[in-house]
Formats: sequence, structure tokens, C-alpha cells
Amino acid sequence: MKFIRPPILATLSLLLIVCADVGAQVSASANSSAKIATPVASNPELEKRVLELSHELRCLVCQNQTIADSNADLAVDLKNQVRKQLSEGRSKEEILKYMTDRYGDFVLYKPPFNAATIMLWVGPFLLMLFGLFFLVRQIKQRRQDLLGESFSPQDIERARQLLDRKTEN
Amino acid sequence: MKRYLIPLLIFVVLLVFLVIGLQLKPREVPSPFIGKPAPVFSLPVLGKEQSAFSPEQMKGKVWILNVWASWCVACREEHPLLLDFAKSQNTPLIGLDYKDKPEAAKAWLKQYGDPYELSISDLTGQVGIDYGVYGVPETFVIDRSGIIRYKHIGPLTQEAISQKIIPLIAKLQQ
Repeated sequence: MKFIRPPILATLSLLLIVCADVGAQVSASANSSAKIATPVASNPELEKRVLELSHELRCLVCQNQTIADSNADLAVDLKNQVRKQLSEGRSKEEILKYMTDRYGDFVLYKPPFNAATIMLWVGPFLLMLFGLFFLVRQIKQRRQDLLGESFSPQDIERARQLLDRKTEN
Repeated sequence: MKRYLIPLLIFVVLLVFLVIGLQLKPREVPSPFIGKPAPVFSLPVLGKEQSAFSPEQMKGKVWILNVWASWCVACREEHPLLLDFAKSQNTPLIGLDYKDKPEAAKAWLKQYGDPYELSISDLTGQVGIDYGVYGVPETFVIDRSGIIRYKHIGPLTQEAISQKIIPLIAKLQQ
């Protein structure tokens, strides 16, 4: 134990230093890119709402991104559409409806709960219940097996002998 | 025996799901427009900017709306098929020139041939958004009463034209 500890400590501290260094670099680069990417927001309050809504809409060109994260042409157009409609005073629901009317439910980054998506929402819980059911059954079965196990007189005699020998030592 | 059979069965079921999943095309998002009226718009005709086109004008005809652009590489791929289609079929083929520079679009049609009865220019992409366009080229089949019946996403293929679009047009024209 004594021989192992110092290297572990050394490794750990080295790791910490490396992590801190990488972290600092990453955050530094994030800061600098943020400086470049930040659009000139004429109305910060509106921009905040645009960004909020953009995070709920899927970019159909790059399907695993929201339009907030994507710089695809269509994503930019849709963000502008959101901005335009918000500044015209439309509600979030109206804008989401505008999008689903055109692109279908798929445009919503969080899938709605309906007949087509029910397995998506309920499936994991069903699987978990399924697993739990089998786990409980297995445990009960084992307990039953252990309880039901019977010992012959010879088994008991042998066990006693083994135990006695132990106490003699 | 049973001990091995159940995991094997589960494995086979997963395998079946995997095979089905591999054959799905996640790029092709089902359009909410199938069976719905084609959105109304009025846009200038490419090359004849003073005159406008709106889908109203096509009432009573089965027609095709093909979304294209001169910057779209995949459009070049389907272009010979469209030229072919225009020659062999008499279904009106209308082009929607999506977010394009009219000059570039005209030059493109000159270079590769013009299969369209006319093209309309959607400079801002607003009509594209109204039609749920997200990947040019896209092709819509619209029936006599202005209902969208079919949408093809991405470049048309010979199979799509001969097995889906032409039979559908024949059916709609009856």
C-alpha cells in the first residue's frame, strides 16, 4: 500500500494540472469565439426569446441540431422567421404551430406525445418494468430454491465434523 | 435449452429492428402537406419579371412543382430526368427557383436546358418555407383542385418518376 500511494498521488495531481490547463484553454477559446459569434442584438430582450424558441426547433438540414445551434441556410432563415414573428407580437404557440404546419412534428426538438411517438416516451419505462419483473421473479425463485433445499443426515454430519475441526484449531 | 433460447430470441428481435431501422430514410421527413391544399402565393416569373404566377392559375390541371436552384448541385443530377419528363409527358412542370439570383438561374437554364413551362423566383425563400422545403431539389405533385398529393425529397430518380409520379398523375387525371 505504501509503495502504491505516492505514484497515485503524483498521477492524480498531474491529471488535475492537465485538466485545469485544458479547461482554461477551452474556456479561453470559447470566450474568444463567443466574442466573434455574438450578433449585434438591437433588442436583447427579443434576441433572448428568439434564442429560447430556436432551441425548441429542429434544423431539418442537420437533423440532430436545433436551429439555434445550426448555421445552415434554412436554420438562419427560420431563426429570422421566428424573430420577425416574435417582433410582430405572435405567441410562442402560434409560432410553433406555424412551423409544424409546414415541417410536421419533426421540427419540434422535443417530440410531442401522440400515437406515433408513444413508444418513444413509454418504451423505456416499459423496458424497465419488464426488467424489474424478471429480476424480482429471479430473486424469488432463488430464495425458494434455497429454502426448499433439503439436507440428508450425512450432509449434516459432515457439516458438523467440519465445524468441529475449525473450533479445535 | 430454454436458457439459451430466450436470449437468442431477444437477439433476433433486436436484429429485425436493426434491419428495419437501416432501411428507413431519416432524411425524408413526412410532409404534413400531403392531402392538403397547396399554399397560396404569387411570385414573379423568371425571365418575365413583370408577370406573376400563382397556383390558382393551375386549377383544373394536374401539375408538378419542382424546387430547384442554380447553386444546387443535386439539381444537376435530376435535371436530365426532368428534361426527359417534359419531352415525354404533357403534365405542366413549374419550377420554383429557390433563393437564387435570377441572372445565375437564367444562365443555368440556358446551359443545361429548360424543362419548365415557367419558373418562378422565390428570392427570399418565403414560399419555400411555406411549402416546407428543407432540401432542394424537392418535387410536388398537385391535383386538379390544388391539393398536394405527393412530395419527393431530394433528386428525382428514374424509379421515382416511372413508378410513383407517372402512375399517380395518370390516376389523378382520370
